[in-house]
Amino acid sequence: MNAEWPLWEVFVRSKQGLDHKHVGSLHAADAAMAMENARDVYTRRMEGVSLWVVESKYIHASNPTENGEMYDPANDKAYRHPTFYDLPDSLKHM
Amino acid sequence: METQLNDIFQDKIDREIRIEPKDWMPEKYRQTLVRQISQHAHSEIVGMLPEANWITRAPSLRRKAILIAKVQDEAGHGLYLYSAAETLGISRDEMYDQLHSGKAKYSSIFNYPTLSWADMGAIGWLVDGAAIMNQVPLCRASYGPYARAMVRICKEESFHQRQGFELLLSLSRGTEAQRQMCQDAINRWWWPSIMMFGPTDDESPNTIQSVQWKIKRFTNDELRQKFVDVCVDQVKLLGMSLPDPDLHWNEARGHYDFGAINWDEFWNVVKGNGPCNKQRLDTRKKAWEDGTWVRDAAAAHAEKQKKARAA
Repeated sequence: MNAEWPLWEVFVRSKQGLDHKHVGSLHAADAAMAMENARDVYTRRMEGVSLWVVESKYIHASNPTENGEMYDPANDKAYRHPTFYDLPDSLKHM
Repeated sequence: METQLNDIFQDKIDREIRIEPKDWMPEKYRQTLVRQISQHAHSEIVGMLPEANWITRAPSLRRKAILIAKVQDEAGHGLYLYSAAETLGISRDEMYDQLHSGKAKYSSIFNYPTLSWADMGAIGWLVDGAAIMNQVPLCRASYGPYARAMVRICKEESFHQRQGFELLLSLSRGTEAQRQMCQDAINRWWWPSIMMFGPTDDESPNTIQSVQWKIKRFTNDELRQKFVDVCVDQVKLLGMSLPDPDLHWNEARGHYDFGAINWDEFWNVVKGNGPCNKQRLDTRKKAWEDGTWVRDAAAAHAEKQKKARAA
């Protein structure tokens, strides 16, 4: 019985109203320990008001080598941006 | 205990501290948000239908690509909002049930038909314009997940309004028939658009509580007035007019006065008797039912993969 504790990803909400943001990871035997460790490692200086810990194996990440097929389709769709439309300067509040 | 929790809650709101899903909140606050957010999500989803009607008939590839992108955004906005509502403890299926059974409402504006291509412009300019007027203050709503969803939505919504105005602008510079089509669309969408802000303040008993909870920042009438003021100036650039003979500048108020809104029509459409209520709901239900086998197949496939990995 000498297994390494699983890896956990830590997310901190710095302020009510903001999203949780990924700050790093740590090892812990279970969720409760991960939570305590996250508090001690990542929020010693009031960095957060809320913590999420997620075991790393549950995170499915996209593959950077596939970025072409993933994101290229958005590249040539300039019409999704408001600046694409040429409107008179005198048009206000739009 | 309850009063004490409520005091802490209201104090947070007063100090502009956002409420997050795990925070204590009054049951009524939760219910109000579930109703408002899900109704908003339903509006995005049903709102795709009147515009989808014109995708195959867009006059150019450029206009078609733009319209598809817009409808696609609306699907996305519906999804942002449904997931914000889910943080309040209601499930996606429950919300769909409420929409399909008619228990939940969506914005009445989508129960009007889209009769001409110019309607795609009028919807962008007026309907999305009214929506933006409503939505910008919601970016500061007291409930965190809702406010964050609204920030994302507002960022994307700007193109919707601009493409609509641009579309109308090109019609307004076109042939006489195109100019007429443009004016006709404005005539038909103007009144339903200003009804989008909801009943007048004295007919809207929930507003006071929602303002106190900072779910709403402005009353229906305040937002409606702002919208009218802005549109009166914008319509001049189109060389068109708004279909309201009583519209004139009121120096004393510093706002435009406008004519009486036909609230009988408004309530009639809310109650289900608008020109397209039945058609919209039927289309939506059919889409959901037709998709059953896809959802079942995806779930069966996932289950099979899971078993294969376990074996």
